Parts: sequence; structure tokens; C-alpha cells
Amino acid sequence: MADELLKSTNLPHDPERATLEGKNKFLGFWFFLGGETVLFASLFGTYLALKNSHLDGVPASELYGLGLVFIMTMILLTSSLTSVYAIYHMKNNDHKKMMLWLGITVLLGFSFLGLEVYEFYHYVNDYGHGFTTSAFSSAFYALVGFHGAHVAFGLGWFILLMVRNRKRGINLYNAPKFYIASLYWHFIDVVWVFIFTVVYLMGVVG
Amino acid sequence: MSATANKKAGFGSVLWDYLTTVDHKKIAILYLFGGFFFFILGGLEAMLVRIQLIQPDNNFVSAQFYNELMTMHGTTMIFLAAMPLLFALMNIAMPLQIGARDVAFPFVNALGFWLFLVGGIVVNISWFTGGAPDAGWTAYTPLSIFSESHGLDYYSIGLQIAGFGTLMGGINFLVTVITMRTPGMTMMRMPLFSWTTFIASVLILFAFPALTVGLFLLTFDRLFGANFFDPSMGGNVIIWEHLFWIFGHPEVYILILPAFGVFSEVISTFSKKRLFGYSSMVFATVLIAFLGFMVWAHHMFTVGLGPIANSIFAIATMAIAVPTGIKIFNWLFTMWGGTLRFNSPMLFALGFIPSFTIGGMTGVMLGAAAADFQYHDTYFVVAHFHYVIVGGTVFGIFAGLIYWWPKMFGKVLNETMNHWFFWLFFIGFHLTFFLQHFLGLMGMPRRYWVFLEGQGLDLFNLISTIGAFFMAAGTILFIYNMIWTALKAPQAPADPWDGRTLEWAIASPPPFYNFKQLPLVRGLDPLWIEKTEGNGKMQPAEPLGDVHMPNNSFIPFVMSVGLGIAGIGIIYQVDNPMWWIVAAIGFIIFFGSMAVRSLKDDLGYHIHKEDFEKEGDGSNG
Amino acid sequence: MKGLTSKFKAVGALMTLALILSGCGEEFLSALRPQGQGASDILSLMILSIAVMMFVFVVVMVIYVFVILKFRQKKGQEDFIPEQVEGSHTLETLWTVVPIFLILILAVPTVQYTFSLVDTSPQVSAEGEEDQIWINVTGKQYWWHFEYDGMDVTTSQELYIPTDRRVFLSLHSEDVIHSFWVPTLQGKIDVNPTGNRNEIWIDAEKEGVYWGKCAEFCGPSHSLMDFKVVAVSPGEFEQWVKDMRNIDPEATPESEVAAAGQEVFANNCMSCHANGTSPNKIGPNVSNFGDRERIAGVLEYNKENLIEWIETKGKDMKPGNLMTSAAYDLSDEELEQVAEYLMSLSPSEITPENANDNEYIESDLSDLFVDEEKDESSQEKSEEESEEDSEEDSDSN
Repeated sequence: MADELLKSTNLPHDPERATLEGKNKFLGFWFFLGGETVLFASLFGTYLALKNSHLDGVPASELYGLGLVFIMTMILLTSSLTSVYAIYHMKNNDHKKMMLWLGITVLLGFSFLGLEVYEFYHYVNDYGHGFTTSAFSSAFYALVGFHGAHVAFGLGWFILLMVRNRKRGINLYNAPKFYIASLYWHFIDVVWVFIFTVVYLMGVVG
Repeated sequence: MSATANKKAGFGSVLWDYLTTVDHKKIAILYLFGGFFFFILGGLEAMLVRIQLIQPDNNFVSAQFYNELMTMHGTTMIFLAAMPLLFALMNIAMPLQIGARDVAFPFVNALGFWLFLVGGIVVNISWFTGGAPDAGWTAYTPLSIFSESHGLDYYSIGLQIAGFGTLMGGINFLVTVITMRTPGMTMMRMPLFSWTTFIASVLILFAFPALTVGLFLLTFDRLFGANFFDPSMGGNVIIWEHLFWIFGHPEVYILILPAFGVFSEVISTFSKKRLFGYSSMVFATVLIAFLGFMVWAHHMFTVGLGPIANSIFAIATMAIAVPTGIKIFNWLFTMWGGTLRFNSPMLFALGFIPSFTIGGMTGVMLGAAAADFQYHDTYFVVAHFHYVIVGGTVFGIFAGLIYWWPKMFGKVLNETMNHWFFWLFFIGFHLTFFLQHFLGLMGMPRRYWVFLEGQGLDLFNLISTIGAFFMAAGTILFIYNMIWTALKAPQAPADPWDGRTLEWAIASPPPFYNFKQLPLVRGLDPLWIEKTEGNGKMQPAEPLGDVHMPNNSFIPFVMSVGLGIAGIGIIYQVDNPMWWIVAAIGFIIFFGSMAVRSLKDDLGYHIHKEDFEKEGDGSNG
Repeated sequence: MKGLTSKFKAVGALMTLALILSGCGEEFLSALRPQGQGASDILSLMILSIAVMMFVFVVVMVIYVFVILKFRQKKGQEDFIPEQVEGSHTLETLWTVVPIFLILILAVPTVQYTFSLVDTSPQVSAEGEEDQIWINVTGKQYWWHFEYDGMDVTTSQELYIPTDRRVFLSLHSEDVIHSFWVPTLQGKIDVNPTGNRNEIWIDAEKEGVYWGKCAEFCGPSHSLMDFKVVAVSPGEFEQWVKDMRNIDPEATPESEVAAAGQEVFANNCMSCHANGTSPNKIGPNVSNFGDRERIAGVLEYNKENLIEWIETKGKDMKPGNLMTSAAYDLSDEELEQVAEYLMSLSPSEITPENANDNEYIESDLSDLFVDEEKDESSQEKSEEESEEDSEEDSDSN
């Protein structure tokens, strides 16, 4: 029976939910994302409460550059799409193409992260907007930084999965793992949409 | 594996077995001992607090030490005693009640326990390293960010770790209830304890992340120079209060709902009647949980949120009395017309009803926002929440422990000693806390290190302290009973209480695979149905076949220890950057073992049907 | 007729309840023995809620006791199997609907009082709007500071108010969260270091010294952060204000020892402790120290305690207090002198004794507000300044 689990032939259409373990993982991860939603909601609340407490520092409206953030948003949205392709190929039991699209997702993720690091560097050096500058800056880095940490964790997760499964095909044992990793990636993406709106757009507008 | 598991084993192999176990029944035992250890610790702290308050102007402990004691009493009792003891009950009973062979994520279950234990130990290490946390269990900012010792760093990091464990446990139970029920066990046939476990897990899932964020912000403020709560840097101290109570109020229901579940089981069993109004009980549970998320600001009536907000939260708070009242009357009418047996779990249930009714009444009184201006932060509140948490949760825990003790250890606790224990604890409890209602109204605020002479507060404080000694005596008796039972008591039968639900259909203690064949459930109280309409045994829902079991794993323990080490490193890096090395080692252990877990295939193993056949028939399971 | 008697019975029960409760605690401290309208209102709400809850409790207990007595398992009945009742829609509806009504009974006055207790708009009578006495309250670890807005009066630890009139408080903390609570007069309100200043009113119906407490945990000496509210008749209050605003901090005390103490005080204590109306509030204002009821809010008022306090900087008398960081080092003689000086500070004839002497002097306090209109220009200016101050405050917060 154990062999059954690791075979890559004759996979059902939804390999991620074909076993009880897979179903459990699928469901459990959804619940986990529910908890994560509360986590980010709390951070958003904190940010909104403190966003005008910039003291002598630069206020939000003068700090953010929408151009860069827009590019970051596009990159992350695209990476969400490419992870959908990866899962699509997983369901078709096409290991090679899944790996390809996952690879692209990871690359996009890294470029997002790189831009975010550049953005933070820019704020700290050109605006004196460090983590300890004011309550506003702490709240900003806490919210956006938490998201960035999630992105980094997601990238590590994808890479680990790809390395582990590079030589073997899709099976009932690893399909749920790929699936929930991509679920996580979508979640991060959705959170970013909110960050883009609540932090950056609303920040620039007023 | 199946053959060796039952053999007598040496201490080393038992220890290794428990360090690596993923069996929900063994994890329940771990939770029990972990939780009980902290319960004793919190109890000792409470005794010192009460001794300090035995007379006016007492100087038994210093002001600083008193604050550490009362902070740690609250923190320990809520996070490190009540929660894990409830988790012990959930772990032992819920999977059996729904006819599952284990929980959905056995590995995560073990991880949850070890995280809790490491977190609890981290918080308590602070006693030996220059002072425990001293800002109250609520750790209100900015007092908590001004506190000079490392105590509050231990608090925030330790609770963070324990909180992760709880969150994982919650998700685990949720999925278990949804996917692991045996054939025929529909949601509306689930025993009420499984229901309350499910609902409490929902609360955990949505409440704990708020605490996670609060603790992160506190840690950042204290250790990394952030300014969330620092008034001079534009911070806002009220944010902490909101985050804490958005977590903290649902936490109250996380504590009380499983206790309600225990009482529903116990009252029904010992009245020989099915639960009166089962569906309204389920509905009331869901409603309490739902409302529980909308009342957090009733802890903040005096903060100055304004009369509009206060009125809304006041009415929402009072509304919770309605589903709670439904439950009380349903229990009373479950007993009505039954034949009551006063075994010790039932005694605790009967002690619970008046005690919790008083706690609920004072809850409604506190909900009246205007009147809360007087009650708030006085001994009235102290009395109220002890009536709810001791009179509700702790009574529930004891009822549940005694009730399910045979399922955990295969022995029934000594009934005579348990009766003595109940009466000592019950009388002591009311002696300690009833008069505190009046102390509060007579002008004694809570968290007072001393009260002055000539304020008319002396007598009631003295009586309260005397009561505390009764409770301590009862608890010591219970510990003695545990040891006595382990050494002297005979093996318990499968069904010592004439039970009604699935856990009583299998041996005490159950075999590690629980059910040889999954049982077929024909209605609410499935065993009772078979007792009255069948042959007294559960009918199998599947032919005898191979059973899939998870492998034991040492990784949860290693991961948790790694996180603990990382936490200590983080606490001390403010003093000396070299501690970053310790933190890094901790994180490498943590993430490394996490990576090992995901890189190594863990497919579990099978108990083959031939092995079952060799073991013979036994009781159905 | 029957309805009427039952009504009487209900009222009688409530009265009995009120009577029992009023036996609880001391007159100067207990929330159950209200001496002001705020506390009276709250007590009436408490009694209503207790009555409603007692009704529920009695119903529960009657069923409970009956069930336990009636349905216990009897000998020889071990095999009896009771009827397995599923539930009862009638009963379940009953105990859902009745509590809803009970809660509505409670909710109405609750909302009403929730608004009225923090309503700080001026009282309106037939003669028009009453002039408001506003006092800025500052909470600090572990003492209280009071500034009478527009009256040029500053004091610490003991708050003088006129009876029979609402006094309005605006509260703010300079360190951690405290909570201002005078149980006999009014419910408590938090004193926050950030966000809006909280506002509340208090009033006393008769003269007396009422004990106040800090009700929000604020550090090691949280339990020692007591203060007093001294309620005197309006005429006496007027006198007190006039005396307090005319303090001459430079005036030499009569006794020689005290005069020497003044010198010591000026050299060692003045940087934190003000005498008179100076805005310095690093430490408590000592203007009327000679009239205090207690030393440091909690200690018996005598010279030994005062000397010990100054000598040890209150290290063990009020653990964690911030005076311990003061740099002074006084000789025994100097201690004696400072103590003498402080105990001689009694700028007003009105002291806590006047709160207990049953002498009632009428006044509409209009004198205290006349000044305001007279030098309106200067007043306005200072108000503007203080507004600016508070704006700065809120900015930096």
C-alpha cells in the first residue's frame, strides 16, 4: 500500500485530495489560512491606528513611491498565476511542466523580495525612515515586513519541495504538499493586494 | 510494533516512547502531567498571594515579588494549566467519541504539546534569571514595556511559543472532527464534548493570532526598539488592550465551552438519560462562540471608548446570558426524571451548577457598563472570574479527569478520596471567593499588594485566605489519590460508569489503534442505543482489515527545543550580541528539523489483519 | 389588590437588599454607601441587576434542589431505565424568551446611565447654564496631581471640591495607565498616557473626606497610590480657593526651625516639588502639606513618618517610587528642619477638618468665575497657551 502512495501512474484528477491524509492537509491548511487572516487583520489594525504617528519623520504621503510598488504588485500577481499553471500541470500529472512553472514562480518571488529589500533600503537611507524612527515606521515595517517574511518562507518551501521531488514524479504523497504550498502562495498574494490598497494607495492619497 | 508495544519496558524505553509518541492517548497523558505540574505551580503562587493578604499591611512578600507572583499565577493558570488540562481531555476523549483511530495530524498533535511545554518552561525560567514578569497576566502597556527585568521578555516569547502549540492543536481538532468521524457519526450525532471541542478549536483558530500579533509587537518594543506602545514615540497603549482582549475574551470561552461539554457528558451518563434539548445545546454553544468575538471591549469599559461603544458592548455581553441560561436549564432537565448516581464526576457537575450560575449572574452585572465603572478592576471582578474559571473550567477539568481516568490509565480513581476532595475543594472555593465580591464593592481594587488598616477589609480577606487552604488540602488529596490509584487500584472495566458514548465501547485503556474495526453509529449516544436495542456491543462498519498507523517521531521534541533555545537567544541579544549565536543555533535546529520532516517520506505503517486475528476476539474495537 | 401587594413585596425586597448591602464597608470607601449622585445611580443599577439575577438564581436553585432530592437513584432501582426525553419545545422556548425579557429590563437603565455618568456638559438650571469647575488630574507613579482650570490653584494628593455641585475632571497620565476611583462618589475612569484625555464628573452630597484609589495596576506601589477627596461646603471651598491662589512661597515661616527648613527645601527639593501655583509637577506639590491627612497618601501623618520618608526617600514605604532617584543627602538636623517646614505649610483656614465639622457655608461660587470674565483678555490668552500646550501634547503622543 505504501508503494501505491508513491506511484506516479494512474493518478486521479484531484491527486491532492485523493487520500485521507491529503484531504486532512487540504482542510487543515485552509483553517490555518483563516488564522493567518486574523493575524494580518490585527497588523492592519495596528498600522491604521498608528499611521499618522510619524512624529518628525516623513509622513506616509511623502514616503511611498507608487511606481516601484506597482511593479512589485504586478510581479507578485503574475507569480500567483504561474503557480496556478504549476498546479494545473500537477493535476495532469505532467511533472516537468509543473517544475518549470514552479521555477518561474520562485524567480518572480525572488524578484519581488529583491525589490522589497531595495524599497526598505531606500526608505532607511534616503528618508531616515527606520524601524525605530516612530510608531508609524514600526507599524509599517511590522506589517509589510511580516508579509515579506511570509514570501521568503514560501520561497524556501517551494525550493525545498522542488529539490526533494526533482527526480520523482507526482504521486499521491507529494501532490498535497505542492497543492498547499501554492495555496499559501495565493494567500500571500491576496494579502499583498490589501497592503497595496490600504498602505500604499491610501497612504499616498492621504 | 503492535506486538512490542504492550510488553513491559524499562524506564529508558518508556521515556523514549513518550518523547516520540504521536498517539493521541499518550499525548493526552503528557498534557495531563504537563498541565497538572503548572497547576500546582500556579496554586503555590496563589497560596503565597493569599498569605500576603491574610492581614492588613502585611509584609510576607515584597511588593515586587507579589507582583511577580500574581502575574505568574494568572499567566500559569490560564495558559499553562487550564488550556493543557483541557487539551488532555480533548485528546483522550474526542477521537474515541467520534470513533477515530487517531487525530488528523498525529505529528502536529505531538508538536503542539512540546511547544506548549517548552513555552511554559521558558516563561518559568524567568524566576531564576532576575525576576518573573511583573505587569499582570494582561501585561498592559506601557507598564509592560517599562518593566526593567527580562521577565516580560520571557513572558512574551514563552507565550508566543506555547501559543503556536495551542493554535496547531486547535487546527488539528477541527480537521479531526470534520474528516475522521466513523460511519454514521453525523455532526448532529456527535457527543456534546466533541462538539464543544470543535467549537473551542474554532475560537482558538481565530483568537490566538491576535495574541500572536500582540506579543510580537510587545517583543519588538522591548527588544528591538519599536514604538508601538511607547507614548513618547507616538505609540498608542490602547492597541495592546484591544489586541489582548480580542484574544482574551474568546479565550474565556475556549476555557469554558469544553467544560460545558464535560458536564453534558457527565450529567447525561449519571442521570441515565439522553441530554435534554441536544440540538439547542449545540446551537447555544455555537451562539456563545459567535457572540464571544463581539464583546471584548467589555474588559475596557473604563478606558474611555465613549458611551456609544460601551452601550453596544454592554448589550452584546448581556446577550450571552441567554444561550448560557439555555444550557443551565437543559442540564437541569436532563436530570429531571432520571435516576441520579452521585459518583464523583457527577458531584463536580452538581457543584458546578450553582457556582457557575453565580459566576454567570455576576457576569451579567459586570456587563452593565455603567455599573462596571464600580466593579471594574476590583475584587468583584476577581471573584467573578474565579467563579467562572474555577467553578466552571476547573470543576469541569476535575469532572472530566475523574470520568476519563480509566480511559487514560486503565484504573478508576478512588471514589471515597474523590468525595473528600470534592467537598474540600468546593467549600474552600466558596469560602475563598464569595466574600471577594463584597471586598471589591467595599473599595478593594485588584492586584493590591497590601490593604491598609481601618478600611473594613480585614475580616473578609482573612476568611478568603482560610478558604484557599481548603482548596490546597483538597488538591493534595487528589494528588495522593492519583498515586494510590496507580499503585493499588484494580484494573478498570471497559465501561465503569455505564456510559453512553463510543469511548466506553473499547477497553480501558484502549489499544493503541483504538478501534479494530470502525464502529457503525446508529444515533446519538451510540453505545446506549446498542445497550438498549442491540446486544450491548458496537456493530462494525467495515470488515476486519489492515489498519494504517503513523510512525513515532522525535522531530516535534527537537523542533520545540530549538524554538525555545532561539527564544532565549533573542531575549539576551539586547545585553550582548553574542547571544545571536544562540538564537541562530536555535533557529537552525528548528528550521532544520522542519526541513528533515518535509524531506523524509513518512508513510506510516500498517497493522495487518493477521495480527488482529492472532490477538483473538477481545472486546469489539 | 393582589397586584398591589406583590408590588409592595417586590419593593420591600429591594429595600431589604439595599439595606443589607449598605451595611457593607466603611462610609468613606465603600461603593455600597454612596455619598454622591454618580455612586447612587450606579448602586441603584446594581440593586436592580442583583434583584433580576436573584430571581434567576432562585428559579435555578429550586429546580436544582428538587431534582436532586426527587430523582436520586433509590435502592433496588439500579436497573430502572428512565424515559429518554429528547427535549421540549415549550420549555426551551420559555427559557430562551424569559431571559431575553430580563435582559431588556436591565439594558434600558444600563444604557441610560452609561451615557449620563460621563456626560460632562454643563448643568442647566432655571438660571441658565451653571459655571463649570474643571480640574486637570494627572496620575503619576504613585501619586495624584490636581490643577484647577482657570482658578490658578494647584495641589497634589488631596482634591478639594465643593459639595452639592458637579465638579468636572479631565484626566491624563504622565507614565503608565492609572485609574481614578473614589468608590463613594463615582465609578472609576482610566487615566491614560496616550489618546484622548478622559473626562468625568464627580459630586458629593455632603461634606466629608472620601478615599480615592488607583484601580489600574501601575507597578510595585499600585496598592499605595491612595488619594483623598475633601468635600467642603461651597463657601468654605470658595475660601480655600482664594487662599490657595494667594500663596506666597517666599513667605518666611514663623518658627526658626521651619525657616531653616525652607532654605534646605529650596536647595534640595524645589527642582521637583513646587510650593504655590508653579506648574512644576515632577513630584507632588506641597502647598498645603501641613493640612494633609496622610503622608504620601497612605502613611499616618506625623513627623517621624515624614522624616523617615525624606531620609529613605520612601524606598520601602512606597517601593518603586521615583523619589529614590533624587540626589539629595540631608543631615539629621536638616531632615528635622525640612519636616518642620513642610508641616508648617498651611496657607488656608480650610482643612479636612472643615469637611467633618457640619458647618455649612452657602455660596454660589460666582466669585470664582467673576475673575474669569474680568480679565477675559489675559484669561483667553492663557487658555490659548494651554490649548497650544495640549495640542503639542497630543502631537507628541
